[in-house]
Amino acid sequence: MGLELYLDLLSQPCRAVYVFAKKNGISFQLNTVDLLKGQHVSEQFLQLNCQRKVPVLKDGNFVLTESSAILMYLSSKYQVADHWYPADLQARARVHEYLGWHTDNVRGIFGVPLWTKVLGPLIGTQIPEEKVERNRKNMFESLQRLEEKFFGNGTFLTGHQPVALGCNLFEGRPQLTAWRVRVEEFLGADLCQQALGRILSIREQAAKNALPVPYPEVQSRMMLRIARIP
Amino acid sequence: MVLELYLDLLSQPCRAIYIFAKKNGIPFQMQTVDLRKGEHLSDAFAQVNPMMKVPAMKDNDFTLGESVAILLYLTHKYKVPDHWYPQDLQARARVDEYLAWQHTALRRSCLRALWHKVMFPVFLGERVPPETLAATLAELDVNLRVLEDKFLQDKAFLVGPHISLADLVAITELMHFIGYSPSSRETGVGGRKEPEVRN
Repeated sequence: MGLELYLDLLSQPCRAVYVFAKKNGISFQLNTVDLLKGQHVSEQFLQLNCQRKVPVLKDGNFVLTESSAILMYLSSKYQVADHWYPADLQARARVHEYLGWHTDNVRGIFGVPLWTKVLGPLIGTQIPEEKVERNRKNMFESLQRLEEKFFGNGTFLTGHQPVALGCNLFEGRPQLTAWRVRVEEFLGADLCQQALGRILSIREQAAKNALPVPYPEVQSRMMLRIARIP
Repeated sequence: MVLELYLDLLSQPCRAIYIFAKKNGIPFQMQTVDLRKGEHLSDAFAQVNPMMKVPAMKDNDFTLGESVAILLYLTHKYKVPDHWYPQDLQARARVDEYLAWQHTALRRSCLRALWHKVMFPVFLGERVPPETLAATLAELDVNLRVLEDKFLQDKAFLVGPHISLADLVAITELMHFIGYSPSSRETGVGGRKEPEVRN
């Protein structure tokens, strides 16, 4: 059996893996794991990943979790163009440095608006305004740092989620905007649309009550995630 | 100019780098950045790491932050034994997987447990609501179980028969909690032993 990727394009790390594989012509079978329908808590998925998270890679008998590990595995195995994960010691160190910083300052922060505007209300939970405000400040601080310190091969289209949810983080930031244009041009409009389709339409779907209401086990996991919003 | 490592051994990731460099005979000049004295907030240190965090590294004109980035840089530059970060694609992926997981899981819950159990009540005199502490310790327990059940299992080390960067990062994280906090019986965390690092 060939390479399989277990993804839900609602999730930022899944999108990164999807875009990377597609852009580099890596053939894979897409196995969608619909988080809102609770497919990640099924017995079947549990066998694959006891942590019930996406993305997951399955290459023959080899199962791998964690998006950055998956990206590096794909980079090495499929010998993609050097710029994605440079062989040069210092250039590669910069990628690792960004990935480390990203984990603390982007992951978990930029995903919060989805919870406050869509997923929380979907299960009848309002996130307190004070937390929403704190999150907005954290996002802007991270953007500031991103602009000041990091500028290179952004492979993560994390900026889209807050934008999709009505929070235009690129406004007033010409440097970041120009970077976003470069990244999207390189990847191509079609691919970006494929990857972002689900997240860009989520508000509209929520407004039409077209989102599945998660069942109780999924809801309690969602509540745990909501509780971790600082 | 010799490699400079900017560290405070009070910090878990700093200890991982210190041990790694020493164990592999990598010559370096230790630049202590005393966090308790706020030395990481100085202008001089900002020249090395504008994020104002330790660990940081300076190799001639090249400066670098983030502990995993530094460990991987040292691994590649000084050509350390393969077991630390194996060439084999799948073995290496396992190390990458652990290093990524620990950042958002074990490291985060160890830090929270430390703050809620020790730093707030003991050093800052601030009360932490019992429910908050209970939730934090429950989360730590979950992560310790993942460490044992998903990563370690019945292997000698986290990713296989030999020690790797994964074990080093894990052990420095866990020993931190042991160093600072009361016994695990008091905290109610697990009841299982932490993984042993065997030679």
